[in-house]
Amino acid sequence: MNNILNQIGIENYIFLSVLLFCIGVFGVLYRRNAIIVFMSIEIMLNAVNLLFVAFSTYHQDSEGQVFVFFSMAVAAAEVAVGLAILVSVFRNLGSIDIDNLKNLKG
Amino acid sequence: MSPILITFYCLAAITLATAFLTIYSKNPIHSAIYLVLCFFSIAGHYLLFNAQFLAIVHIIVYSGAIMILFLFTIMLMNLNKENEVHKPRITRLGAIVVFVVTSIVLTTIFINSKPIAGEYPTTGEDFQSIKVLGKILLNEYMVPFEFASILLLVAMIGVVLLSKKEKPGK
Repeated sequence: MNNILNQIGIENYIFLSVLLFCIGVFGVLYRRNAIIVFMSIEIMLNAVNLLFVAFSTYHQDSEGQVFVFFSMAVAAAEVAVGLAILVSVFRNLGSIDIDNLKNLKG
Repeated sequence: MSPILITFYCLAAITLATAFLTIYSKNPIHSAIYLVLCFFSIAGHYLLFNAQFLAIVHIIVYSGAIMILFLFTIMLMNLNKENEVHKPRITRLGAIVVFVVTSIVLTTIFINSKPIAGEYPTTGEDFQSIKVLGKILLNEYMVPFEFASILLLVAMIGVVLLSKKEKPGK
C-alpha cells in the first residue's frame, strides 16, 4: 500500500493543524457568544485529531486512531453537558453573552 | 503537482476558510452550517489518509450528532443577530495578536523540533481498516472503551438533570 505522506508530506498536515488550532484559539478570544466559543473548542479538538491521524499514518501505527476515537467520545460528552449548562444559563440570565457570566467574581 | 496534492490543498483551503467563517459570521445558524462544512472537509482528510473507520465515525458523531445538538440549542435560545454586541476594540486587537503570535510560535516549534524524514516507509501491513481497529479496540483498549460508554451514560444523565425544568413553586 502506497503511503499517502510520500505525496503530501507530514509538514503540510502540521501547518494545517496549527492554523486550525490557532483559528480555534482566536474564536474563543474574539467572540462573546458562548455557542460560538463552544464551536471554536470543537475546531481545536478537530485540529488535534487531524494531527493524531497524520502521525498515526506517519508511524504506520493504529494507536493514534484509537485515541482519536476516544477523544471523539469525550468531545461528544463535553458538548452535550456544555450545551445543557448553556441552556440553563440562558433560562436564568436571558442571554449567553459570556461577559454577563461574572457572578463568581469576588 | 500530483492530483493527491491538489486534493489536499483544496480540502485544506475549505477547512481553514469554513473554520474562519464559523467564527466570523454574525448569525449563529450560519456558523453552525459553516462548521458542518468544516467537519465534512476534515472527514475528507481522513479519507485521504485511508482511515475509513474514523471518517465514518467523524461524520456520524460530529456532522450528525453534535451539529444537531448545536442547531437545536440555537433554535431553543432564539438568538437574534442584532443581539450581540462586539467586544471592546482592545480585546479584539488582543485576540488578533494572540492568534498571530500563537501561530508563529507553534509553526516555528514544529519546524525546528526535528528534521523531518524525506520519505516515509511503509510496513505494508494493514493498520487502519475497520477490522484491525475493531480488534485493537476490543482487545488492548477494552477497559477504556467500557469507560467511554460509562462516560457517555453519565453525561446523558447529567444533561437530563441539568436541563430539566424546575418547578416554579420551589
